[in-house]
Amino acid sequence: MNENAAVDSGRIDIEHLSIHLGAGRQPFEALHDVSISVEPGEFVCLLGPSGCGKSTLLGALAGHLKPSHGEIRVDGKPVHGPHPERGLVFQHHTLFPWKNALDNVAFGLKMKGVASKERREQAREMLRLVALEGFEDRYPSQLSGGMQQRVEIARVLINHPRVLLMDEPFGALDAQTRLNMQELLLEVWSRIRTTVLFITHDIDESLFLADRILIMSPRPGRIIEEIKLDFPRPRVEDILTSQRFVELKQHCLQLLRHDSHSVPLERLNPLGDDVTIDLQLAD
Amino acid sequence: MIDTTTIVAARLLKLLVQSLALLACVLLWHLLSINRVQLLGLTFVNVPPPVEVLAAAWELLHSPKLLHHLGSSLYRVAIGFSVAALFGIALGLLIGRYRWARNALLPPLEVLRPIPAVAWIPLAILMFTSSEASMIYITFIGALFPILLNTIHGVEGVDPRLIAAARSLGGRRAAIFIEVIVPAAAPAIVTGLSIGMGTCWFCLVSAEMISGQFGIGYYTWESYSVQNYANIVVGMLLIGGLGMGSSQLIRVAGQWFMPWYKPDEKAA
Repeated sequence: MNENAAVDSGRIDIEHLSIHLGAGRQPFEALHDVSISVEPGEFVCLLGPSGCGKSTLLGALAGHLKPSHGEIRVDGKPVHGPHPERGLVFQHHTLFPWKNALDNVAFGLKMKGVASKERREQAREMLRLVALEGFEDRYPSQLSGGMQQRVEIARVLINHPRVLLMDEPFGALDAQTRLNMQELLLEVWSRIRTTVLFITHDIDESLFLADRILIMSPRPGRIIEEIKLDFPRPRVEDILTSQRFVELKQHCLQLLRHDSHSVPLERLNPLGDDVTIDLQLAD
Repeated sequence: MIDTTTIVAARLLKLLVQSLALLACVLLWHLLSINRVQLLGLTFVNVPPPVEVLAAAWELLHSPKLLHHLGSSLYRVAIGFSVAALFGIALGLLIGRYRWARNALLPPLEVLRPIPAVAWIPLAILMFTSSEASMIYITFIGALFPILLNTIHGVEGVDPRLIAAARSLGGRRAAIFIEVIVPAAAPAIVTGLSIGMGTCWFCLVSAEMISGQFGIGYYTWESYSVQNYANIVVGMLLIGGLGMGSSQLIRVAGQWFMPWYKPDEKAA
């Protein structure tokens, strides 16, 4: 497969989306009137300060949070609840501790009713794609942080999602591992073309990965700027020190520093606030 | 090299101290009973010395009665514990997961929970036509609550992110229950089973003392009635050994079923 292969599914349309969180106790508006469109196969980074509602946006797209206003559509179909065609990767891995890497990756196929032999074969293939050949039998606790995230990505990709939603997936990794993971993600993405919506507060990361960056304001989150990136792909470490990169980085820094006198907000998560209650009700 | 020798030496020293402590206790027991010490309302006049207990144990070991006693007790524990495990785990999973189950099932259980199993003995004798069934019922009650409460606790402690991930990957209600809730709660369930096994023995012995005809508890109490004091201590040691052994068995089985779970690593 080549990089320019046409991708015909994975279009995201978000229209006038507002989300209120913390119902009951201290309700607040996490997102305010956000409208975004993402083309099929596009790699978009949402960049914003901690607590600005970017994870909330992702949670709504994944189907774990209900919008207060507005609508989300993927390929024209409105989003109602979670679905394997919208794969979600968390900041801290959510692998099942009781399943080894192979069975974790094969989980989505098991849910589809694929026979054991077939799903293990595909899972093995997927682990090879994220460079984890030979680690099939390891339990998550026997893997490093970077490896855990790679298994997590493979577990989502095995469902061939139309969109890949990533919530600061490399945020908890050390700098060198993070860079390796970014390169690996781009390589995987060049083979399995899917729309990617990637949340981060790391300017370098967003500049290195994205076709387009959307910058969000502090709470309630709004899109305040859009930056299109034309660094050639495949991207390598070198662009991190290029003139254009540094200019764009300064621009982003200014935008994010704009409101720096305000109090830093606690990090939100894509499952919202009253997580347990919400999940039990939804079930 | 120096490191390994010091480690070995430290281990040997630890072992030596531990055995000496045990030996000292037996020696103290020996001295107290041989000299028939009476002190502050405590009397060792009727307490058999270790040698007599050892002789009594040796005798029991060669007596056909031993198998009968052991068999009866093990049989009651096996049935009472199995039924308690079945009910405790099933009810715990439902109560922990579903609000309707919690509302419907928890109130009656909450009323029964503070009643010690031993307090059930008189009513149990009245309720069941055979004394065998009443004793099994007591062991069942004793084991039920630790298993039930630990299971509920385990289900409630399941990381909601794991459930969300399973739903995002296409898991439906039943699949999430089997694939996520049950394995995630498994360590807590094993803890409950292990504690339940201990209380099971405790309750069985009490029940046998009152309404048994065979069994370790009955043997211990009978030995008191017929003034065979050395046998009392033999019975006590047997009860302790069986309780400890069966709890250990549960833990080993748990480790075998959950090779992914390392309690030590979690603490670290």
